[in-house]
Amino acid sequence: MRYAETGYNLEVDLTKGSIEKVATDPELTELHLGGLGTNAKIIWDRVPPEVEPLSPENVLIFSSGLLCGTPAVGANRTIATTISPQTRLLAFSMMGGFWSPELKFAGYDKVIITGKSPSLVYLWINNDKVEIRDASHLHGKGALETATMIREELNEPRAQVLAIGLAGENSVYYASVEHGRSSASRGGVGAVMGSKGLKAIAVRGTKEINLARPEEFLKLCNDILDYIQVRVQNPIKGVPAILSLIGSPQEMAIHDEKWHTTSFAWGHARQRRKDFWTKERAEEWKRTQDQRVERLVSCFNCPMKCGAIISHPELPTHRYMMKCYSKLTYVMAAMADDLDFGFKIAGIAQEYGLDGYTTPQVMAFAIELYEDGILTDEDLPDFPKDNKERFYYLLHKIARREGIGDILADGVYWAARRIGKGAEAYDHNTTKKHEQMVIKLGMLNPIYYIMYATGEKMSITQIEGQMPQAPLPKDYREEFVKDWIHPPTGKEEKFKEFILKWEPRGEYAFPFWPPPDLICELVEWQEYMHYIDDCTGICAGLSSFPLKPPYHIHNLPLFISYGTGLDIDEDRLWEITHRNRNLVRAINARLGLRREDEKPPEDHWKKRFPEYEAKLLDEYYKFKGWNKEGIPTKETLEKLGLGYVAEELIERGVLTEDGDSSTPEGASAGDKSTEQ
Amino acid sequence: MNAQKKKKTIKTIKIDVEKCNGCRACEVICSAFHSSPKYSSNNPAKARIHVICDAVRNIYVPVYAGEYTAAECMGRDKYVIDGKEYDECAFCRASCPSRDRFKEPDTGLPLKCDMCESDPDLKEPWCVQWCLADALTYEEREVEEEEEERPEELEVGLEALIDKYGLDNIVETLARLSEAKEE
Ligand code: SF4
Ligand code: SF4
Repeated sequence: MRYAETGYNLEVDLTKGSIEKVATDPELTELHLGGLGTNAKIIWDRVPPEVEPLSPENVLIFSSGLLCGTPAVGANRTIATTISPQTRLLAFSMMGGFWSPELKFAGYDKVIITGKSPSLVYLWINNDKVEIRDASHLHGKGALETATMIREELNEPRAQVLAIGLAGENSVYYASVEHGRSSASRGGVGAVMGSKGLKAIAVRGTKEINLARPEEFLKLCNDILDYIQVRVQNPIKGVPAILSLIGSPQEMAIHDEKWHTTSFAWGHARQRRKDFWTKERAEEWKRTQDQRVERLVSCFNCPMKCGAIISHPELPTHRYMMKCYSKLTYVMAAMADDLDFGFKIAGIAQEYGLDGYTTPQVMAFAIELYEDGILTDEDLPDFPKDNKERFYYLLHKIARREGIGDILADGVYWAARRIGKGAEAYDHNTTKKHEQMVIKLGMLNPIYYIMYATGEKMSITQIEGQMPQAPLPKDYREEFVKDWIHPPTGKEEKFKEFILKWEPRGEYAFPFWPPPDLICELVEWQEYMHYIDDCTGICAGLSSFPLKPPYHIHNLPLFISYGTGLDIDEDRLWEITHRNRNLVRAINARLGLRREDEKPPEDHWKKRFPEYEAKLLDEYYKFKGWNKEGIPTKETLEKLGLGYVAEELIERGVLTEDGDSSTPEGASAGDKSTEQ
Repeated sequence: MNAQKKKKTIKTIKIDVEKCNGCRACEVICSAFHSSPKYSSNNPAKARIHVICDAVRNIYVPVYAGEYTAAECMGRDKYVIDGKEYDECAFCRASCPSRDRFKEPDTGLPLKCDMCESDPDLKEPWCVQWCLADALTYEEREVEEEEEERPEELEVGLEALIDKYGLDNIVETLARLSEAKEE
């Protein structure tokens, strides 16, 4: 018997209309765990770099995590993996909610989709009965609306549905896959789904997930719940309120938006409004939020309530579910001062199935171009005067790929190049062709420099975590490290010393402190904890993201071992994570990712140090066992049992025969222009 | 049945639907506890609590599995509360032939909340312990009342099987099985 996982994947070829239930190799679980790890293996094996992201040959995987469906608290993430049309690199977008536990109860770990259906369809997985069903009546329907209609027509209120909206059908490069409570938003996963003619996947499962060592496993779960109760009573002192708790940022529950509104940049990631948060504003925003938020809601088997049911009388669906920071992304990008605009437009954008981070930035970019005369009234006929109205105007055009919307639908990087006339210079906030967090800061942060440069997840929030983002006030440092059990074995003292010494100015301050070796370790630790979550399916909000989370490197191996029956200790878990991290990097190297692509947005910090930054990057590559171009060396790959990966990289000329340096003329990622 | 005066502890789980966040942790732990061996598997479809979730209408109502009934009832009920219309039979606790709620998915056997009966007693039923939202709270009180003896789980299960397959079939099958076992 397989424990924690089901041991089966569902293979769906939409060209042939075939569905197959395929047993998986248990050895792959030992090598890659599950979720992102095994997804990456499938992508490496089946999607050569020549495959166009929006062609039938691209593979789209919706995976559960290894622990989803077990009683492990907050193990509910769905990991969507494919090649992104926007970055032309590996996209691994995650969402919480209820979908992947349901998939496990139906008897599958992953749904792997290839091909392209001749007409719009949806997939209905009801335990062993799986059908491809006609979805022509769902054309153009909103994502949430689609889910409701499918549940009704199947007469199965407990079916969990993920769906795309109009933006996905039109392959907008930042179209999301929506699931009510959550969404897989980054990297254009929804565009790939749309290109396959797949509108939705509904699933209902009524089977068991087994545990290898039940009593021990349950004890761990109970410890987590006990810890959560203590932790929520004890916010971390000395950090902004929003970072003091656990869960994903408690945007739906808190009213105090001073930190976001005054430290993040408004408009097209341009200006800070340090005096925005006045007493009157605070009162007004509180009134609005209380009026709109009807109930705080959780994901499957998690007590954290990071989402909310929002009701807005002006929306056709009346209600939707919001998460996290999307209440502010539109408001701030539009330079709109009223929060209600955020609640309304986010609801519309969600029905279209658009990423709440990228979309507002693209629209703010378009407004900037218009104001500077690069886009004209010819491009934007009847363009309204008011920014909020302009946002609605652009939103509708983007989702339909209508007029200028067709260009903007490719995101800032590609749109700037298609528009030309100097628009390229306005592409100031992307990395690897993807819109980044709207933060503009002063002094270079060497830790974040490495994370922004080398991260392959496109979103800093899915790389960073567990560490204060700035030096703690002196009085709080001792208290912070006292019960900080989270650093990996052998690194506790080093990491604690760092927290104790770290100052905003002087000898122990950025950018030349801490030393590069410690920077490397801190980056790797933060990023790896996310990689582990992406395999287990545990929510980052309980694990890799917040300060002092309930899950950490010391109890995760136990969860995995007691759940699966495998014997995985901290060292082995670290080794598996090395393997997965290098496999992801190898996929992207094969797709053309090189050192020159590894840059944070140019204006992310005012004070930059090009030579020092280059040295840091060198150090980090060395630390990772990567060559000067950031490609894992043959030796690194072989040590991890990825000899076959090295071989192919050499064969393709990505690594040279001696295996540790790449061809100098290695093309940059995605230089090939996309066919429209 | 013989009735007699008895001291009895009434165990109540109070449900505050306003506080429910739809996490379904109660379903998870219930099904894990009732699997055998204990906690060895998880399957919310086998839970004896079922959370009716409908985000689009902001409806979140945990319902506990009650008695098994052989026949569906004559009428159906439908509630409107605060202007929200709930589905037919939404609040009914019975395991009845008209629907598959509160039945084991593979066997169709009825499920019933037993307040996590176990030896030694738990401090509170598991669903209450795992509901950190405090939507479920546990109360105990002593009463003296005439008590009817309740059929045991096996009896309820058998009754359901008899309703489904007919007494003759069950007797025959049992006879065949015990012969097979003896061989
Ligand atoms: S911590 Fe928040 S986002 Fe994460 S699983 Fe729990 S409710 Fe969902
Ligand atoms: S555990 Fe509590 S909050 Fe969660 S679904 Fe059950 S009753 Fe609702």
